[in-house]
Amino acid sequence: MAEVHVHYDLNEKYTFTPELKKKLMIGMGVGLVLLILGVILAYAGIGFGHHEAHEAGKAAHEGAKHANTEHHGITPLTRLWANLWLNGVFFTYIAAMGVLFVAIQYVAYAGWSATIRRVAEAFGAFLPFTAIVLLITFFIAGHDLFHWTHHNLYEKGKPTYDPIIAGKAGFFFFPLEAGSFPLFWLFRLVAFIGIWYALYRLLIKNSVAEDYLTDKTDFSFHKRNITIGAIYVVFFGLSESVSAWDWIMSIDTHWYSTMFGWYVFASSWVSALSILTLAVVFLKEKGYLKMVNENHLHDLGKFMFAFSIFWTYIWFGQYMLQAYSNLPEEIEYWVARHDGLEGVYSPMIVMNLVINFLFPFLFLMTRDAKRKEIFLKIAAFGILMGHYLDFFVMVMPGTVKGYGGFFLIEIGTLMLFACAFVYVFATQLAKQGLIAKNHPMMEESLHHSI
Amino acid sequence: MAAGKEPKKYLVGIYDHEDKVVEAVKKVQKEGVKVEEVYSPHPIHHIDTYIGHPRTRIPIAAFIFGATGTILAITMITFMMKIDWPMIIGGKNPLYPPTMVPVTFEATVLICALGMVATFLITNNMGPGKVEFMFDRRTTDDKYALVVDLDKNTKSVEEIREILIKYGAETTPPPRIVEKP
Repeated sequence: MAEVHVHYDLNEKYTFTPELKKKLMIGMGVGLVLLILGVILAYAGIGFGHHEAHEAGKAAHEGAKHANTEHHGITPLTRLWANLWLNGVFFTYIAAMGVLFVAIQYVAYAGWSATIRRVAEAFGAFLPFTAIVLLITFFIAGHDLFHWTHHNLYEKGKPTYDPIIAGKAGFFFFPLEAGSFPLFWLFRLVAFIGIWYALYRLLIKNSVAEDYLTDKTDFSFHKRNITIGAIYVVFFGLSESVSAWDWIMSIDTHWYSTMFGWYVFASSWVSALSILTLAVVFLKEKGYLKMVNENHLHDLGKFMFAFSIFWTYIWFGQYMLQAYSNLPEEIEYWVARHDGLEGVYSPMIVMNLVINFLFPFLFLMTRDAKRKEIFLKIAAFGILMGHYLDFFVMVMPGTVKGYGGFFLIEIGTLMLFACAFVYVFATQLAKQGLIAKNHPMMEESLHHSI
Repeated sequence: MAAGKEPKKYLVGIYDHEDKVVEAVKKVQKEGVKVEEVYSPHPIHHIDTYIGHPRTRIPIAAFIFGATGTILAITMITFMMKIDWPMIIGGKNPLYPPTMVPVTFEATVLICALGMVATFLITNNMGPGKVEFMFDRRTTDDKYALVVDLDKNTKSVEEIREILIKYGAETTPPPRIVEKP
């Protein structure tokens, strides 16, 4: 077969235009204003706590049940902290999943993704920002968000003593005394994000150094990145699971699920794939990434489709066993999400399944849908919103109880985080060439065809 | 279809490399020869689109079979658990939806897979005991056959033979006419 030479500009560079910068800044500003407005309105009683009347009667009814758990007043500020925590965790995972995507491409010796590798690489730059948000939120509002931070749960003899949580104390407080400073927990938070970020910087360093190679047959940087990628995949696989217990599962301290790590993984992985798809499609619309054709998009679409179903499988596996066996220590988590807490979250859990399973399953099923940009945009946006909702349902019932909802605070925080993410992402993307032009498998990616 | 009637005539060109046959399919069609089919010892990427075959409709069959499986499973569970012998397990309603999911999923996958295999075998005239007509036995080994239906082409046999040879068909022996019963 005669050689087919495809000519693309592999030296193209993304420019983060001042207009986009301005738009994102405005977006962040609007988010901040909405958030503050939301808190003020919530203090005035708008969009917050309309379940109080019912709560009072219910509290008396369930008085005995809650005898050994403290009741803290949930204020609009609590809801703000919960939202900061939710978005912090969500975007931490998305940033780390972008790095995971790159790492997997290295480890799998994947060639098709060579042209879009830089886009996925730019995700990781957001990690330090979310780490700061998580730390600040924990130090300010740890007591409001995490029931296990209350020291009186660990004091034997007191009525507030909770033997179940006390049994888990080592997981939070080791090597310090139970109920004091959660050193082990904080160490994990810092170490996990720190190591993810360190490995990410190493990946980026080699990846960029590869661009300046004069000898095109020198694969040393690529080989080094395969090793780093393998380390990342293994370390991330373990630490992500533990971080999911730390950051989300520990909110509902009594409850546990052995599938939680995968479940959070599935949710954030498909979100990251959706953002990657959106980013690639938007970059193509702006005239970049001309070499990315419908075959690459098809692969991204298949990823979103497959992992939406993977998520459903995990979600359902976790749900069915606990709902069927109906054990008290397990079912409380689901009661809070069904008709408990005045049913605030029951529409969300239905929406969760519809948006995250039925919608991508039926919408992305055909080959044509995965190859057309407009379909992918709709699907990716829907999946993204759906998985934000999934995280919302994970975090909110345990932190703000029946006072949760979707109003200005939620919209504001999400806008703030999303705009900040795009800002950091675009800044990172503009730093180096948009294409990893000396990728050893670049030819394969240019000729990718499925 | 043509059983009992006159055998159809085909011109079969033999190629010794995948790249040659792919190139030939593209070039030969440009010269105005309609290619019927390509036989090869292994799958060739995109050869169907080069020949101009319509896209397979097996995904549609898969969806229909899958939906059939879903409906079958739900009907079966409803009959068993609600109508024939209502059973309460774990204090749940006999038709507690989450418990129906695993069986429904399995039935969907089973009917979908079996249906797809059956569809594939029937549409390709394959299956137990069936012996497929072969234009050239060597296509199961190391040769590639490009088959041209002479009835569907207006060009003469000689012209087509020349075009096939021009784009790399083996000349010893040259492309020959095979009658398919």
